[in-house]
Amino acid sequence: MSEIADAEGIAQKREHPARATLRRLFRHRLFVTGLFLFGIIAGVAIAAPWITGVDPQRLSMRNKFLSPSETWVFGTDNFGRSLWSRVVWGAQLSMIIGASVVALNAVFGTLIGAAAGYFRRLDNALMRVNDALMAFPAILLAIAVTSVLGPSTLNVILALSIVYIPRTARIVRSSVIVLREMEYVQAAVAAGAGHWRILRHHILPNAMAPMIVQLSFLFAYAVLSEATLSFLGVGAVPPTPTWGNIMAEGRDFMREAPWIITIPGVALMITVMGLNLLGDGLRDVLDPRLRIQQ
Amino acid sequence: MNLLDVRGLTTAFMTGSGEVNAIEEVSFSIREGEILGIVGESGSGKSVTALTVMGLLPQPPARVAAGEVIFGGQNLTRMSDRQMRSIRGPGISMIFQEPMTSLNPVFSIGDQVMETIAAHERLSQSDLRKRAIDMLDKVGIPSAARRLDDYPHQMSGGQRQRVMIAMALACNPKLLIADEPTTALDVTIQAQILDLLMDLRDEFGMAIMIITHNMGVIAETADRVLVMYAGRVIEEAPVAGIFDRPLHPYTRGLLECVPSLVEDKPRLVAIPGTLPEPARRPPGCRFAPRCVHAQPACTAAIPSLELLEPTHTAACFRARELAPA
Amino acid sequence: MIGVAFRRLLSAIPVLFIVSLISFGLMRLIPGDPAAAIAGVSATPAEIERLRRDLGLDQPVWMQLIDYYQGLARGDLGKSLLLGKGVFAATMERLPVTLGLSAYAMVFTLLIGVVSGIIAALRQNSWADQAAMMFAMIGISVPNFFLGLLMIILFAVHLGWLPSGGYVAFREDPMGWLASMTMPAFSLAMLQAGLLARITRSSMLEVLRQDYIRTARAKGLPQGKVVLKHALSNAMIPIVTVVGIIVSLLLSGAVVTEALFSLPGMGQLLTQAVLSRDYPMVQGGLLLVTTFLVLVNISVDVLYAVLDPRVRYE
Repeated sequence: MSEIADAEGIAQKREHPARATLRRLFRHRLFVTGLFLFGIIAGVAIAAPWITGVDPQRLSMRNKFLSPSETWVFGTDNFGRSLWSRVVWGAQLSMIIGASVVALNAVFGTLIGAAAGYFRRLDNALMRVNDALMAFPAILLAIAVTSVLGPSTLNVILALSIVYIPRTARIVRSSVIVLREMEYVQAAVAAGAGHWRILRHHILPNAMAPMIVQLSFLFAYAVLSEATLSFLGVGAVPPTPTWGNIMAEGRDFMREAPWIITIPGVALMITVMGLNLLGDGLRDVLDPRLRIQQ
Repeated sequence: MNLLDVRGLTTAFMTGSGEVNAIEEVSFSIREGEILGIVGESGSGKSVTALTVMGLLPQPPARVAAGEVIFGGQNLTRMSDRQMRSIRGPGISMIFQEPMTSLNPVFSIGDQVMETIAAHERLSQSDLRKRAIDMLDKVGIPSAARRLDDYPHQMSGGQRQRVMIAMALACNPKLLIADEPTTALDVTIQAQILDLLMDLRDEFGMAIMIITHNMGVIAETADRVLVMYAGRVIEEAPVAGIFDRPLHPYTRGLLECVPSLVEDKPRLVAIPGTLPEPARRPPGCRFAPRCVHAQPACTAAIPSLELLEPTHTAACFRARELAPA
Repeated sequence: MIGVAFRRLLSAIPVLFIVSLISFGLMRLIPGDPAAAIAGVSATPAEIERLRRDLGLDQPVWMQLIDYYQGLARGDLGKSLLLGKGVFAATMERLPVTLGLSAYAMVFTLLIGVVSGIIAALRQNSWADQAAMMFAMIGISVPNFFLGLLMIILFAVHLGWLPSGGYVAFREDPMGWLASMTMPAFSLAMLQAGLLARITRSSMLEVLRQDYIRTARAKGLPQGKVVLKHALSNAMIPIVTVVGIIVSLLLSGAVVTEALFSLPGMGQLLTQAVLSRDYPMVQGGLLLVTTFLVLVNISVDVLYAVLDPRVRYE
């Protein structure tokens, strides 16, 4: 059977590798499903200003606890606020926080991981701090950091980055350590290339695949953690709508208005599942060590 | 009477591009106490043949598409899993190419030998232990009693292969299948393991089916030889017949590049081209594209095995005219 | 084995040292005047001043640091501002709740995760495999507090089978404990169970195609023995390495679960401490929980050595 896999490999060599990867991705059922689910939420988040007629914070006591209907697509909450508006704006906040954490991880995780993996002298010190940060239970550390910095969207982003960057750095570091010993890198060293050049041209491009996989899972964790923090009341400050604080407020009314909980909950689940499927697909296609199992 | 009769055996694999026959119409037999060598390049179907006989191919994707395997009067291809399990061990047992990975790393070797016996015989723990020590002793593990609790990673490759042999013979099988038993070992160890197998054959009286790509191993051990190419048997003869009067051009090619046991020369320098993959086999004689004697007729039909001399068969249209006088 | 334990304990020392430094540093990172922030908006300048002295914040940082480590050396983690008792005592009071919840959740995690992972691997690509993996995907995608809320709506609000929250001590009423902990433990376990099912499946698939599995079949061993003895004992090795991560996830998740089901555990204690700016409690509690996790990870490494003779005899 390996012969057949080889034959396929030969056939694909004629194509540009990036295009071949994309083609494999779009043929991967899980990846496409994930992209679709995540795409819905991301699309809604971007379109928030145009698809929500009602201010998510406008109170209307006459309209409280309306169940979903034609006028109130997702119904209303205990203050008569439109749940549709609140959930859509909540989606935008989730996406902003998720994307920011991912961006900060991509930059600082790579920097720290590459430095630790490439420069042996830095490795020990950086990784001990890394290990220490990873030793804390993630949510507890995030809560503690947010409380120190004060609750705000920006501080949630910072707290989650502090929690997750060590994890990203560790993944980058382990691929850099492997790549550093590769013959072509040794050849570049022998040819007198500078550290920066070797890292940029020879090591980092090849360390990207596991990083990209990690970042898509990280997006899921970040969205999930943000919702958890705001559910606990240490996230973005109400009345700014987040999925977590909408659900926290809905707790007191789960008998008369269960939709206040279920709608943002399902939105959260779709986002996280979409990203997990996306990550699974990327891992199957991009990470050759794990591809064998498919 | 034959111990094992394989008749018209065809094993197919389901692949992404449809079903492909790994071996086709393979027929041979083994008499009690006989050593049959099966020789061919990797990918020729030797191992698939052995694993089909053992019923060890994962099904699916593998499937016995045709033929039968008669052992002790029973057709193994029709057997239930439970029946097949009672054959493996006391009936047929097998050793593999990779002694380094064929033993379970987390159990002691004593445990692994003992559980083999326990799977087929009711014995007390102390009797199991005695039998295991006895077996390890027979395969030449020094101070066997003390090494019973050792783990595989504490032993060398040669020693692990000895443990594999001890396990395979622990239930006194009538047939031992040895799939490239020496390929992964150092040359000096190779000779020791082959000698051991020959000695044990004399002691236990089992038949051996030895699978190899190495003509040197065949010369050393086999009574009779089966040559396989691209999933089919192309020649069969007593060992002297193969070496003295090879009738198939492929066998002749194999012999021209015989590696001696001492120096491992690159294989098959004398035959141009490579073995076709199962899914891309040429029409007609599978060897035709690489054969210097090929004629248009060779690609028209698959030559069948023909009895050309009293105990010698070959599957080649031109065997008679090309045969050495 | 003792060697492994000893080496791991040694390597944990620098990590624990940095953990303690971070815990210490957190309170000093409060922007502006920490004493004022801790005392709250309504505090008088005199109160702020007293708090500053009590917490030692009037001292230079290096003095505070020395005090901190002297305290740690004596086993003194400081005093909770809110509860008026020692951090260690307060933690020990709440610990049984969290440990009970986590242990119960661990049972769910192992049962669901390992069993469905093995079945999925043995029947690769069958409907059972796909169902198990779909289930695992849902498990890792549903936030535990959402699952908990859904369970409350169904089992407490509508069916009235289980209490929607509150804690019953096991020693007083074992059945009551079980009733009050089942929903929290199950909702807490799903994420880890999904994770474990995926890891178990891929680990089993990897092991099942090893040569020694073929050897075990070739010896005529029954299928049960091949799978449960030869395959699982090897597949457990990578599974054990994630137990540390699972415990960490459980403790993390317990913070939310305790809040949702009003369970007076560690998570509640620390969340309350954070919200009421009880920084000595946050600092000490964080250090205790993290030290516990580091010890769990060391035990996991020792267990790893027990399972894998190649490591044991190194």
